[in-house]
Amino acid sequence: MEVTLITGRTVAQGEEMEKGKTGEGFKRACAVIELDPEDMSRLGAYEGDEVRVETDVGEVVVVAKKSRDAPHPGVAFMPLGPWANVVVGEGTASTGMPPFKGIKARLTLAKGERVLSAEELVARVYGKE
Amino acid sequence: MPRYTDVICSFCGTLCDDIEVSVEDNRIVDVKHACRIGTAKFLSSNDLEHRLLKPMVRKNGKLVEVSLEEAIERAAEILKNAVKPLLYGWSSTCCEAQSVGIELAEELGGVIDATVTVCHGPSVLAVHDAGYPGCTLGEVKNRADLIIYWGSNPMHGHPRHLSRYSIFPRGYFRERGQSDRELIVIDVRKTDTAKIANKFVRVNYGEDYELISALRKVVNGGELREESVAGVPKEEIIALAEKMMNCQFGVLFFGMGLTQSYGRHRNIDNAICLVRDLNVHTKFVMQPMRGHYNVVGFSEVLGWQAGFPYAVDFGRGFAWYNPGETTANDVLQRGECDAALVIASDPVSHFPRKSVEHLAKIPLVAIDIHPTPTTQIADVVIPSAIAGIEAEGTAYRMDSVPLRLRKVKEPPEGVLSDEEIMRRLLAKVRGEAPKLEVEAR
Repeated sequence: MEVTLITGRTVAQGEEMEKGKTGEGFKRACAVIELDPEDMSRLGAYEGDEVRVETDVGEVVVVAKKSRDAPHPGVAFMPLGPWANVVVGEGTASTGMPPFKGIKARLTLAKGERVLSAEELVARVYGKE
Repeated sequence: MPRYTDVICSFCGTLCDDIEVSVEDNRIVDVKHACRIGTAKFLSSNDLEHRLLKPMVRKNGKLVEVSLEEAIERAAEILKNAVKPLLYGWSSTCCEAQSVGIELAEELGGVIDATVTVCHGPSVLAVHDAGYPGCTLGEVKNRADLIIYWGSNPMHGHPRHLSRYSIFPRGYFRERGQSDRELIVIDVRKTDTAKIANKFVRVNYGEDYELISALRKVVNGGELREESVAGVPKEEIIALAEKMMNCQFGVLFFGMGLTQSYGRHRNIDNAICLVRDLNVHTKFVMQPMRGHYNVVGFSEVLGWQAGFPYAVDFGRGFAWYNPGETTANDVLQRGECDAALVIASDPVSHFPRKSVEHLAKIPLVAIDIHPTPTTQIADVVIPSAIAGIEAEGTAYRMDSVPLRLRKVKEPPEGVLSDEEIMRRLLAKVRGEAPKLEVEAR
């Protein structure tokens, strides 16, 4: 399923970031994708299911969450953090600002796949531990 | 038990200055008035398990603990040997540290940029083009009767912004507080801020520019030919424009929903023009919702020292400012910098993949309070004291009002402030004996 992905701050992301990014809480707050309930049905995903988010530059597995800000069919939201930024595209259109919002992304079910911690994700994608 | 009042919270650009903190045995035991994020920040200073405590240097692929002297020496070596180092971060530390950092960038002939580049950089570009009809938050509190948040969700990003400055407080001309004001939220999603608004306007993603243009058309006396623009029905646009024209003092707060979406600085440019048009009819101002607590301070300090607000390249021997070329993500994605220093920021979490891929290839010095994905891939890690909790300093609120950060407890043993670390690093790069203002314990 295709969606327009936007990334941004949530209060939980901010709180967990300040507590420390090595904790389980940071992953719980950030390794998620908030979807419109209709989009969730179309995808066949339930709250808490793992979903693979794929863009032209990469892919990441995160947990599906029913959006409390619906309806916004076709638009999905990820809190800012290493999970979201693995799929944010290149370039800045000569403005200095990367395309953090409005990313074309494909979603597929990835039930049972493990969601990596920030540490594991960085080690896997950027090759440094 | 020492109790501190009027403590400044060093998290977001709202820079709340009414926090009360109780300290016992150098531990913060109580935080009053702060929001969820602010409270977490104050209490995190106690949590030594999740703090960086020892300087580290990467040896044989692994980060190992070293003395502070060795870490600074290695950091200076990395930066001195680079042709074009990038010095990035700065928004979550005080102006005094930023000032030394800018001196260091000039000394090294490097590029210096702050998180401005990924939040309101486009707003700065628009201000260059169209000016800045701003105000202080005090004016909003005392005067504003129409408050608009566009592409901004302060209930999450700036949790106390509404209660301290915009909707809820009683002001000099708004004695009844919320009853004297109206809140309009324009966003793609019905955010938690939109849920408490008097009016929520849902705009199609990426069509903010069109909606701003439609509002300008109505404000300037034109007629809309379309039945709806950007997903908003014509009648709703006319009603919104009339509300804006007929208020006594309107304020447009705007956030990443405009600066990071399609159109970027052009959205802000158009919004500034809308505010200008509205001033024919009434008093209207605008204010970017600045994220990090001292992101404004960085632009102020860089402005005094180099003449520009962000993204300055000293490689030519003088300050060169060309956003889109000298901005951190462009420098990284072109693979242009050959070393980096990151302070008080976590670009490995918050920069797009392509930028981080280059950051992982080059020698990296990271100065931070917590272990982060950035310190994980760094070659030198230097722990620092939390400005505003363990170190004093100056920070600028989102409306460019400077406030003095307070120190309420001692940092962990041997941990220096960002300012002191930068001073020692600068001295090492220059080959001078450091002027020690604080002895390392």
